[in-house]
Amino acid sequence: MKLTKLLTGAAMALGLATSAMAEDKTKVGFVYVGPVGDGGWTYEHDQGRKAVVAEFGDKVETVYVENVAEGPDAERVITQMALQGADLIFTTSFGYMDPTINVAKKFPNVKFEHATGYKRADNVSTYSARFYEGRAVQGTIAGHMTKSNIVGYIGSYPIPEVIRGINSAYIHAKKVNPDVQFKIVWAFTWFDPAKEADAAKVLIEQGADVILQHTDSTAPQAAAQAAGNVITFGQASDMAEYGPLPRVSSIIDNWAPYYIARTKAVMDGTWTSVDTWDGIAPGMVGIGEISDAVPADVKAAALAIKDSIADGSYHPFTGPINKQDGSAWLAEGETADDGTLAGMNFFVEGIEGDIPQ
Amino acid sequence: MDLSAINPVLLIASLMVAATPLLLAAVGELVVEKSGVLNLGVEGMMITGAIAGFATAVESGSPLLGFVVAAIAGAALSTLFAILTQFAQANQVASGLSLTLFGLGLSALMGQSYVGIKPPQMQDIHIPVLSDLPVVGPILFGHDIILYFGIALTAAIWAVLKYSRVGLILRAVGENHDAAHALGYKVVRIRILAILFGGACAGMGGAYISLIRVPQWTEGMTAGIGWIALALVVFASWKPWRVLLGAYLFGGVTVVQLNLQAAGVAIPVEYLAMSPYLITIVVLVILSADKSSAPAALGRNFHASR
Repeated sequence: MKLTKLLTGAAMALGLATSAMAEDKTKVGFVYVGPVGDGGWTYEHDQGRKAVVAEFGDKVETVYVENVAEGPDAERVITQMALQGADLIFTTSFGYMDPTINVAKKFPNVKFEHATGYKRADNVSTYSARFYEGRAVQGTIAGHMTKSNIVGYIGSYPIPEVIRGINSAYIHAKKVNPDVQFKIVWAFTWFDPAKEADAAKVLIEQGADVILQHTDSTAPQAAAQAAGNVITFGQASDMAEYGPLPRVSSIIDNWAPYYIARTKAVMDGTWTSVDTWDGIAPGMVGIGEISDAVPADVKAAALAIKDSIADGSYHPFTGPINKQDGSAWLAEGETADDGTLAGMNFFVEGIEGDIPQ
Repeated sequence: MDLSAINPVLLIASLMVAATPLLLAAVGELVVEKSGVLNLGVEGMMITGAIAGFATAVESGSPLLGFVVAAIAGAALSTLFAILTQFAQANQVASGLSLTLFGLGLSALMGQSYVGIKPPQMQDIHIPVLSDLPVVGPILFGHDIILYFGIALTAAIWAVLKYSRVGLILRAVGENHDAAHALGYKVVRIRILAILFGGACAGMGGAYISLIRVPQWTEGMTAGIGWIALALVVFASWKPWRVLLGAYLFGGVTVVQLNLQAAGVAIPVEYLAMSPYLITIVVLVILSADKSSAPAALGRNFHASR
């Protein structure tokens, strides 16, 4: 009898303690499109999550679900997270846009942050990085380095984010090498190492000696390494293990400061719906170290582009630029506005091939 | 559009590489299904083989040893399926599905410390004179040894099933396990051996992806090839040579469609992307118009008392 009472008391105390703790803690959820070990996109988001844990320690609790397919499956996962008491949920792929909006309607008190999308609501923010700024640096290096004048580009899905990257890389490669030609393969996946490797091999077999990728795994790097004499760029993450060759530089997504700031905002009650689109200057887009395989003058040219973008004196989309069909887009000296960039659905003049519709 | 950019020799050489994991897994599953067992765990066994082989190759420096361990790992995982279905009489479909889920999770756990590591390279064979021949050299004599093993295995399975006593017994068990039992054959034992063989093949197929085709380790890297292998066995009407044809066709169209894309052919990419599945299914359905059908006891559990 005594023992039972004691146990009940203990259990109650424990229950009270946990619920008290749960109220203190801010629960932050992350939905990932690939595995945290992809070495690219999802890996960097997870680094951001870890930074949040490191920053706030016991005051936050983070949960994540990896390998969530874009579409209805995502809606189920996000709903589940909201039901489990998450205060803030980051959905980290373009295809989670509509699911995020749908779930947000049902949970007005939960804050949502959707990466790379354009639909917002009172409790849904969007955030993205200006990867195209990094692509300008890559394009410059690619244009200088290619000997065959063929640059291979592995696209994921034909969405504005990817098209912007292709255009930016092409414009800057063309600027330093008028003979450059882009071969584009659409993989229709964010993460499928076998398919990405195949795509890279095909591009190399067709003469490309520079491979740019907008997919998340390091498989194209491995394929380029096996082929030899091909250079690549780390995508989303540094992928330094493939340096100094084939990986000569990289775009690094640095989400940690943003994730920390937004978590803090939820804790302080100052969270509002915003649209964040940061680039090289605030540090959301990092340029990985340019390896010694790149000649000094090329490296200097690439860094000059990077610096001029960082200090705001240069915009990667500065006219004159025509659209693929030859019609004028930007006049001499005119720079692209964010609205056009956000919805970009056309190639610039000189790129061959159609964007799949 | 510039079709001249496509090099047919390199194309054929790389389609053989793309097809080999599928071929290995599918011929293994063919033997399993011929014995009357439906193991839907191919994907799980492949991915387990992929990480087991990868880890072994990295630690030991020998890709060949990696393949051996991958085969053992695939067989070990299939043992679980064998125990569940042959002794515990569990439902084969459910057991197979859970094997896939288990394999995916297990491999992710095992592979945590192997992300981003480069495996030792498997050398392509080099036969003096023959490998240097134009056209024929790169296609026939310039591959890694496992690729040849896959073709040899297909031939061996075909010969064994068609001409040998062992093959006859295996087929008897798969067609009518009660009759086979009445004749004195150990149905359960034969099926377990078939399941282990299928597991070993799937494990090697997985290792081929992580050690040669990609080569690196990432979670979920088999990306559905195990399921395609399962479908291929059905569409190939349980015939080894048709499995080989289907695997090469699938691998081939996959590589060709990427080549066409890169060459800028004006076919919408969506059609190109679905073409491997479509063409493989169409060709094999046409081929299977003859009277061959599934092993009669496929998916049915056997117990001596019934």
